[in-house]
Amino acid sequence: MKVLVPVKRVIDYNVKVRVKADGSGVDLANVKMSMNPFDEIAVEEAIRLKEAGKADEVVAVSIGVKQAQETLRTALAMGADRAILVVAADDVNTDIEPLAVAKILAKIVEEEQPGLVIAGKQAIDNDMNATGQMLSALLGWSQGTFASKLDIDGDHALITREVDGGLQTIKVTMPTIVTVDLRLNEPRYASLPNIMKAKKKPLDEKTAEDYGVDVTPRLEIVKTTEPETRKAGEIVGSVDELVAKLKEAGAV
Amino acid sequence: MAVLLLAEVTGGELAMDATAKTVTAAVKLGDVTALCAGASAAAAGEAAAKIEGVSKVLVAEDESLGHRLAESTAALIVSLAGDYDHIVAPATTDAKNVLPRVAALLDVMVISDVSGVVDADTFERPVYAGNAVQTVKSKDAKKVISIRTSTFDAAGEGSAAPIDTVSAADNPGLSEWVEDKVAESDRPELTSAGVVVSGGRGVGSEDDFKLIEQLADKLGAAVGASRAAVDSGYAPNDWQVGQTGKVVAPDLYVAVGISGAIQHLAGMKDSKIIVAINKDEEAPIFQVADYGLVADLFTAVPELIEKL
Ligand SMILES: Cc1cc2nc3c(=O)[nH]c(=O)nc-3n(C[C@H](O)[C@H](O)[C@H](O)COP(=O)(O)OP(=O)(O)OC[C@H]3O[C@@H](n4cnc5c(N)ncnc54)[C@H](O)[C@@H]3O)c2cc1C
Ligand SMILES: Nc1ncnc2c1ncn2[C@@H]1O[C@H](COP(=O)(O)O)[C@@H](O)[C@H]1O
Repeated sequence: MKVLVPVKRVIDYNVKVRVKADGSGVDLANVKMSMNPFDEIAVEEAIRLKEAGKADEVVAVSIGVKQAQETLRTALAMGADRAILVVAADDVNTDIEPLAVAKILAKIVEEEQPGLVIAGKQAIDNDMNATGQMLSALLGWSQGTFASKLDIDGDHALITREVDGGLQTIKVTMPTIVTVDLRLNEPRYASLPNIMKAKKKPLDEKTAEDYGVDVTPRLEIVKTTEPETRKAGEIVGSVDELVAKLKEAGAV
Repeated sequence: MAVLLLAEVTGGELAMDATAKTVTAAVKLGDVTALCAGASAAAAGEAAAKIEGVSKVLVAEDESLGHRLAESTAALIVSLAGDYDHIVAPATTDAKNVLPRVAALLDVMVISDVSGVVDADTFERPVYAGNAVQTVKSKDAKKVISIRTSTFDAAGEGSAAPIDTVSAADNPGLSEWVEDKVAESDRPELTSAGVVVSGGRGVGSEDDFKLIEQLADKLGAAVGASRAAVDSGYAPNDWQVGQTGKVVAPDLYVAVGISGAIQHLAGMKDSKIIVAINKDEEAPIFQVADYGLVADLFTAVPELIEKL
């Protein structure tokens, strides 16, 4: 079975995001970019399936600017076998919407015929939480979102999902699309020799036009602003003082 | 404009708080029809009919709609979508599972976690873990939207909207429910509680997390946790507050042994009063706390429980 893993290049989760003063977006110039943390978990899961003999090839895909090559090299260094880069924008400030990403991924699925797609649950830049579900709809496949456990057994998979009430386990028909949550696994770091090896692994470059997908956004970003900030509070000296303050504020 | 609102129905019951808050956002868009779907949903339909602002209720009962499986629920919504301009739902894990699927089937973009309705096409939503707020204008013919309930007040009750039944769409039969692991608790539900007490990695163990629960019980509060506390097994996953967990905005939020990473703040910084207890005076949580106490939690929390 082939496993397809879509990975997104996003601002590193440790970077303090700055909103541009003119409201045109956030500052992405000269900031550290990394693989979306959920996608690291997705890549890890795919590699573990291969190591367990349940998958024979792991293909990483990224859609966006040319620089997403680096993200794919990271996936290859972790253990993916090959990668596909779909260049769909020139400007690093252009975010390709989940609907367009899902349409391109659907074309790639047609070509590559994977038995499983493992995506992240959410990209930490746009916080959409949509692509996996959309891809599943376009393909007419089953979906198992927010997975914290994945067990593949022939033509079915058991997926445990992190939901508001706790955990839900479902049984889905293969092929399926899984989106991963934080507790599925702990992704490995790529070792130096593997980083070197990854440079020689195949990385195909395509464009959105190659797949005939129109990536024009459906949502026009009118403006991007700073959220309201909280005013600094006070440090209290003791538990007694804290209790007094809370009573004064009517909070207890 | 006509709005189809997917009510939050769990185990046949209506989640009133999440649904009523979503109604407040939805009435700004047009005439609201609430859809209650489930293996049993009639009781939920009756409850939804009481929410002020709901002008009609649709009840869809079918085995295939139990446990809110995405494929069958999305198929039902798509079968009804023709009559509506907007399809909205609270941004719960159920709706986040279903709505993007609906949107793709309708060939429109989903708009997740809407925190403000500007007009029928224009919405505000937090991005980058709440570090920025985007205003987006949809060019799609239909809008599929999930609502961040923590930013809307619940609509009142007292109406009596008419109730109709609709039938489920064909079940694509791609998935089936196996089991739920739900912890029973007498505590208030995290996203609707007036007071939340959360513990972080500083609490140190699952056993010591009981201290957080005792403080919560003293305050009649719900219990939350940081990702680190959940990852370490001190607390269950459904307690996680933050960018990728639950978003809460209670009157009082007490953060104990939590450093205040941006991903955590994303889920609680709209709380009315924030209290932080942390032994590190440099912890970023103090930058958003109204009242900060620099102390070891193992002495401060027992003392607090005693003195409240
Ligand atoms: C993709 C992604 C998504 C994420 N989503 C979330 C999310 O939704 N929610 C979330 O919370 N995090 C999330 N995180 C994780 C986040 O970045 C932080 O790692 C996490 O919030 C830290 O948890 P913490 O504050 O409990 O632990 P730490 O940062 O380790 O802080 C522990 C604190 O406890 C204090 N402490 C220790 N001992 C004591 C004591 N005896 N008394 C008093 N204080 C003490 C320490 O001074 C310290 O400040 C996410 C991260 C990523 C990459
Ligand atoms: N441009 C992209 N390229 C590759 N994968 C993507 C892209 N956008 C989203 N994804 C995948 O979809 C997941 C969810 O993203 P989103 O729906 O944007 O929150 C991510 O974790 C990735 O696995």
